[in-house]
Amino acid sequence: MSDASLNTASPVSHTQEGEAGFGDFFALLKPRVMTLVVFTALVGLLAAPVGVHPVIGFAAILFIAVGGGASGALNMWWESDIDALMKRTQKRPIPAGKVTRDEAFAFGITLAVMSVVMLWLATNALAAGILAFTIFFYVVIYTIGLKRWTPQNIVIGGAAGAFPPMIGWAAATGTVSLESVLMFALIFMWTPPHFWALALFMRGDYDTAGVPMLTVTHGRRATRVHILVYTVLLAALAIGAAFTGIGGPVYLAVAVIFNALFLRDAIAIWRRDEDQAEADNYRVEKRAFRLSLWYLFAHFTAILAEAALSGLGLGGWT
Amino acid sequence: MSFREEHELHKRRFGRNLGLGLVLAGFVALVFGMTIAKVSNEDFAVPKIEQGAD
Repeated sequence: MSDASLNTASPVSHTQEGEAGFGDFFALLKPRVMTLVVFTALVGLLAAPVGVHPVIGFAAILFIAVGGGASGALNMWWESDIDALMKRTQKRPIPAGKVTRDEAFAFGITLAVMSVVMLWLATNALAAGILAFTIFFYVVIYTIGLKRWTPQNIVIGGAAGAFPPMIGWAAATGTVSLESVLMFALIFMWTPPHFWALALFMRGDYDTAGVPMLTVTHGRRATRVHILVYTVLLAALAIGAAFTGIGGPVYLAVAVIFNALFLRDAIAIWRRDEDQAEADNYRVEKRAFRLSLWYLFAHFTAILAEAALSGLGLGGWT
Repeated sequence: MSFREEHELHKRRFGRNLGLGLVLAGFVALVFGMTIAKVSNEDFAVPKIEQGAD
């Protein structure tokens, strides 16, 4: 199915312009995704070796969050046709008939421009530039360009979600460094096994929408292999990061524990076939997905803890 | 004259307008706070205006 044919379906013809509530517009910002953006950007900002005035820091995180939310609104504007087909996304404001596509587009564009300009004024051009690129990457390259074309969509889309700590770091320091690239890489490598675990037990949704998820194009066996390969690479990266500027003993302990758990689940997913998974209603896949959420939270909390300890002269390996 | 019960639509519009008002007020406060933070910075200096090139 082509993009054009997908986009001609209008599930929201009954929506009246100007009648959406405040909460409907807020829902367009994908608040749950935004919490991840806020948290990782905050860690990037606080782990940086340069102090930031609290008001400037607050403004920076807020505008990064608004930029992330704007990406979400523009993503929903473009994907309203397939959102209406998938169980997981049917209640979003556009397919639910609460906000029109035009309203979502205007809202997203306005917030995108405003967030970039305000981040520039609050911090620096580099941070604003990376935020602008992130929004462009997520909306144009990923959502409009590649999502419906390649089964590697999750890998590419993961890059957009990986930028916030780098923006936070750039907001504080005005630079991009090895540490911020490592934080980027951590989220980038984490995203594919996280989403592919979800795709395994949300079976049917992506098939219905015609999105070429790996589970659809290459089959579920290949997806299980991909999850294991990415998790092994992720573990090497996550544990290796312990010996850089953002790491230390606390981070290493957290990384060893969570990577061991994540690897255990990835191996279990790889060893199972569909019959086994269906027999226990995807118990292992669901457990891996839940663990992956804690995995990222734990790693970034550990980076934050190392930064806090170094403020007391205790962090890192020195 | 009798008072009619407010329609759900009016409540929704009021909620949206109130939310927008609060967001705008917050934005003004944030820009004000940012300004104070920037001018309080030790590195801050008012740019000198050159008086006539001749």
